[in-house]
Amino acid sequence: MANHTVAAFDLELKELQRTIAEMGGLAEKMQSDAIDALAKQDIRLAQKIIAADPTLDRLQREVEEKAILTIARRQPMAVDLRDVIATIRIANDLERVGDLVKNIAKRILAMEGQFPPQKLLAGIGNMSLMALNQFKSVIDAYTQRDAQAALAVWQRDGEIDNLYTSLFRELLTYMMEDPRNISFCTHLLFGAKNVERIGDHATNIAETVYYLVTGESLAVDRPRGDENELSVQAGQ
Amino acid sequence: MPAANALPEKISVKDLKFFYGANLALKGVNLPLYDRKVTAFIGPSGCGKSTLLRVLNRMYDLYPKQRAEGEVLMDGENILDPRQDLNLLRARIGMVFQKPTPFPMSIYENIAFGIRLYENLPKSEMDGRVEQALRGAALWDEVKDKLAASGLSLSGGQQQRLCIARSVAVKPEVILFDEPCSALDPISTAKVEELIDELKAHYTIAIVTHNMQQAARVSDYTAFMYLGDLVEFDETDKIFTAPKQKATQDYITGRFG
Repeated sequence: MANHTVAAFDLELKELQRTIAEMGGLAEKMQSDAIDALAKQDIRLAQKIIAADPTLDRLQREVEEKAILTIARRQPMAVDLRDVIATIRIANDLERVGDLVKNIAKRILAMEGQFPPQKLLAGIGNMSLMALNQFKSVIDAYTQRDAQAALAVWQRDGEIDNLYTSLFRELLTYMMEDPRNISFCTHLLFGAKNVERIGDHATNIAETVYYLVTGESLAVDRPRGDENELSVQAGQ
Repeated sequence: MPAANALPEKISVKDLKFFYGANLALKGVNLPLYDRKVTAFIGPSGCGKSTLLRVLNRMYDLYPKQRAEGEVLMDGENILDPRQDLNLLRARIGMVFQKPTPFPMSIYENIAFGIRLYENLPKSEMDGRVEQALRGAALWDEVKDKLAASGLSLSGGQQQRLCIARSVAVKPEVILFDEPCSALDPISTAKVEELIDELKAHYTIAIVTHNMQQAARVSDYTAFMYLGDLVEFDETDKIFTAPKQKATQDYITGRFG
């Protein structure tokens, strides 16, 4: 796209976009670390993840402050307006993703000394990988301004939801089998829920990117897994 | 073109071409002005937006080498028709200019002068019409105690509202604003914008403005013009959030050459 007549305006927008990219990179690293930490029960890595989260919070506040200043100074219109609003929204989603990953890391710490079966860990690991892929794709879609790629992410979210539902059933079975499993299963369950929420944030970002590029909102109803945890009953 | 095709068109511009001598300033413009809606014209200097406004009340007739082709229908009647009574037309289509242009006479006379051109009213009735016009332009409370003072003694913003009152006084159907706020401070500008919002309940309004935010604030429809062409016409909300044409986007986001 052509540059603005006022060059400082371009710099402000670029700086906002750069900060979002930085946040995206950080949140991505936290997620992949969490996958490793969970698989290897790596306490130090989990602590590192927790320590990284405040940076994400700080960057989110930075984006918000800069975006507000840009609105005040430039009164952005059309694609610029969508651009600035998108950075605010995406920064919020990224900050929340950071919180969710941090929470997973805390649960890894809480599970220290307990050894959940590899099969369960693999299940949540797969789900996390799927969420991470969604996340990477949507951040790419943002940097490339690719509405189609964003749409693809948006349409794929149902897969994570389905995986979550089956993991939920599995964990429920473990808990019913042996009450001593309840403690780590609860952690894993909340962890899986967090991953599912990360997937939702990726879809939020996909919606934002789609709006940013096309100026149109995606339909309200997004494809979802047929079942959710509410339809799964104990004893099933 | 626009989604709301069902709206009645007060004015329909059909394939309008305009010439300054040999120079083609409007290259075949098609456009509706919807009844009792505000339509904003935006575009860089020389794009033809002011020219279009000047065609709408046949201002160009004052200059011998200027001519228009095509049709401008108001309520189905072509106002470009040479037999059109221009005085009558200009009573139906009022205009407010960039610089406030009060007559060098009292505030009262500024309003009454125009009314007398068309109607012969007794003093009491004239007083009522003057008050009504000044109220209509949100100026009454500020000038009711000094109606005999010169129109030129008012502030710029008040002068502009006096000119609006003058337009409103002769009961027009359409009011054209040619950058009405470009010489006004922000508070006066806000008052004029508020006024435009009130006026649209009764009048069809067209406004030329260089202030994009103003166009976004006051208008229902926006027309973006460039080099004598109408590039895009749509609901204002769409033009300023997601315009369809790249040229429109470049202009309103400040990316123009």
